[in-house]
Amino acid sequence: MTVAGLAATFGSGAMTNSIDELEYTDLILATGTNTTENHPVIGMKVKRAVRQHGTKLIVIDPREIDLVKYADIWLRQKPGTDVAVFNGLMNVIIAEGLYDKEYVAGRTEGFEALKEVVAKYTPEAVEKISGVPAEDLKKAARLYAGAARASIIYAMGITQHTTGTDNVKSTANLAMLCGNVGIEGGGVNPLRGQNNVQGACDMGALPNVYPAYQPVANDDVRKKFEAAWKAALSAKPGLTLMEIMAAAGSGKVKALYVMGENPLLSDPDLQHVKKELQKLELMIVQDIFLTETAQMADVVLPACAFAEKEGTFTNTERRVQRVRKALEPPGEAKADWEIICGISGKMGYPMAYASAREICEEVRTVTPSYAGITYERLEKEGLQWPCPTVSHAGTKFLHKDKFSRGLGLFTALEHIPPNELPDQEYPFLLSTGRVLYHYHTGTMTTRARGPVERCPESLVEIHPEDAERLGIADGQKVKVTSRRGKVEAKAHITEKSAPGSIFMNFHFNEAPVNFLTNPALDPIGKIPEYKVCAVKLEAA
Amino acid sequence: MSDTFILNGKETPYTPGQMILEAAKNGGIEIPTLCYLKGSTPTGACRICLVEVKGARSLMAACSTPVTPGMEVFTETALVHQARKLNVELLLSSGTHNCLVCEANGNCRLQDLAYFYKITDLRFEEKAASDIYPKEDQNPLIVRDFSRCILCGRCVQACNEVMVNRAISQGYRGKESKIVTGGDLPYHESECVFCGQCVEVCPVGALTEKKAKGLGRPWEIKKIRTTCPYCGVGCQQWLHVKDGKIVKVTAVEDAQPNQGRLCVKGRFAYDFIYSEERLKTPLIREANGEFREASWDEALDLVAEKFKEIIKKDGPDAIAGVSCARSINEDSYQMQKFFRAVIGTNNIDHCART
Repeated sequence: MTVAGLAATFGSGAMTNSIDELEYTDLILATGTNTTENHPVIGMKVKRAVRQHGTKLIVIDPREIDLVKYADIWLRQKPGTDVAVFNGLMNVIIAEGLYDKEYVAGRTEGFEALKEVVAKYTPEAVEKISGVPAEDLKKAARLYAGAARASIIYAMGITQHTTGTDNVKSTANLAMLCGNVGIEGGGVNPLRGQNNVQGACDMGALPNVYPAYQPVANDDVRKKFEAAWKAALSAKPGLTLMEIMAAAGSGKVKALYVMGENPLLSDPDLQHVKKELQKLELMIVQDIFLTETAQMADVVLPACAFAEKEGTFTNTERRVQRVRKALEPPGEAKADWEIICGISGKMGYPMAYASAREICEEVRTVTPSYAGITYERLEKEGLQWPCPTVSHAGTKFLHKDKFSRGLGLFTALEHIPPNELPDQEYPFLLSTGRVLYHYHTGTMTTRARGPVERCPESLVEIHPEDAERLGIADGQKVKVTSRRGKVEAKAHITEKSAPGSIFMNFHFNEAPVNFLTNPALDPIGKIPEYKVCAVKLEAA
Repeated sequence: MSDTFILNGKETPYTPGQMILEAAKNGGIEIPTLCYLKGSTPTGACRICLVEVKGARSLMAACSTPVTPGMEVFTETALVHQARKLNVELLLSSGTHNCLVCEANGNCRLQDLAYFYKITDLRFEEKAASDIYPKEDQNPLIVRDFSRCILCGRCVQACNEVMVNRAISQGYRGKESKIVTGGDLPYHESECVFCGQCVEVCPVGALTEKKAKGLGRPWEIKKIRTTCPYCGVGCQQWLHVKDGKIVKVTAVEDAQPNQGRLCVKGRFAYDFIYSEERLKTPLIREANGEFREASWDEALDLVAEKFKEIIKKDGPDAIAGVSCARSINEDSYQMQKFFRAVIGTNNIDHCART
């Protein structure tokens, strides 16, 4: 997602700058990130920057998240109007001549096309689309453009839309317009949601690229990997997760091997996903728990948890860090790589590794950005890629003096409304996300003492005006229905979401919000539109 | 002329604006502290870091006294020792400091200082039990024992300045003093978000991890550094382990990216590891639809045979893999290599999009 958007504009799909820089920059623009709940330690740094170092904060978010209390300006846009809001900011900045003309001329391309498109997005036009008052938009634009160093942080509120890739590119457009990429304290910084989602991408667990984003369709690259792995490799890019599910449903994919993921709670339109998975001839699930997905498997393989194995994670700021074994795994559980090697051996391709360290040594030989990263070097502190040699200190921020792709590419983008918006039958807009006390499909946190007591169940956040109109009281059970399914959960009356919008988390299988969500995908990033779908709401 | 001051008779450089404590540390002299918390404004509350400054009317708190050019500072005089010892003795009388039954025994700054200053008996009468606020033991994560609290304020600094959660502050006055949440509510009814940083910085046994109770003493524990398994921040943490079990989790100081901080998930949500629901053996589904336990050999043979069968029948693109955004890099690398080199397809993805 982020990978697609930022790779196209900058040439590298990762957080451009480092977490620590946030505390000492002049301005932070936080959009589509409920940072204090989803990345609490980064949230603390943002708040510390504001409270102790005088950093300015702009929040662009439909929900009144905790960071709003710390913001100089809060733009509350209607969900799914991000491109319009960003075009509006750039409209003001260009119209008032506040952009970094030298940077735009020397380091970027595509400015004229961008200028032409954003000219239409006057603050008044944007107000009509997004609901953001024109005056607030102007103030935010001037504040951002006036900062010597400004950092944009975003998360799934930007990416989980049918226009997710466009949204990412919009943040990049704004940052480049004001010369904020390639400088300390600046940048476009996606806060990755899972501990090793950056690493999984870096390692090539993606259908179109090998490790370090080397395309499978490139003949030279493929020859290199064929030589390294001593195997003939396919030149045809594979299917993305959502395409895999659809192919299972149509019978094209017969077997699925799932390692540590739980699509039967995390994917949109769950009833449909279940039907698709039921058509498989063979499903193998490797996990630490018998998840919703594992319960459908033909073979279940028990894996180690993080504290039971050696290895590395790569965090959101590209920092590769050690994971160390502290405990023995329960029963016969094994590290994922050991299980994979076991299957591989039985299929006639021996993968003989004595340790994770040996695998890391192989990773270095085929992954240029990891070539300088060894377990010895990681002993004391992590290293940020690119780290091409063992004497390289790692890279704090990317695109200094030159973008990975040469010139930064502006993309002229038009606003496209979400795939499914409220109507008479389904009058509410549903967004989904996480809460502080839980993580993803809850397999870990719902089995931890403390988080469970603090947050024992899924809640439906409803604005008091809507609750009053529908006669719903706080704590009362409500039924939420979309075109795809229905769930019941307790109402939580709060002004956090705007009137007409409701919010639910996806942590609990007792109220699987993904029965409701819309599987419409972003055409490039193939990400589902978790942040917007239409539902109706009634007392249960 | 570069900026210098005289530290225990020796000319020592300092940076303008630096406090005596820091400048002395750079000069190789460790001044004992208690309430001092790196990364927050010094409060000078505990008076343990007192030093003698020539010309000053009284002893000065090194943590909050800026160095001036040519200032003469003495850190180890008899007067200094006497004053520090007296302050420790006063702190010992501020509540009930019974190490025998204290969770912090062996990990207590007050205990260490009492030992260092050779305090063998209580010079002042302990605070009466009736004057001590009752223990708060209502939430599942943090125990607040006011009989051990020395009001040093480290927890307040951590909550307000390090974490900026702003849930607690110094409350009431005089002998009524207490660290309070807004409205003096118990933690679980307050603005507290249970990051547990107050527990991490508490130098005594006033704030402790409830789940760690009785699981191991500090000297029995082995600390293993690792990376948090939750969100993408990648906080560095210590797993405190005894007999193959995690006793508690604390943050690694002075390490990127968290610099001594953790959130509620990183600090407290580790016990899923011990869930009885953990998978312990391979499972194979029987014809009747039920799972049965199987050996690794049997399970992996079955998987390998089925994969080979499907590749032969429908080609490699009929198989797809979902890798994991939580597992280690080495696992992800192996998974994609397995699909590409062994199965022969690029149908490999993970949940970066969800």
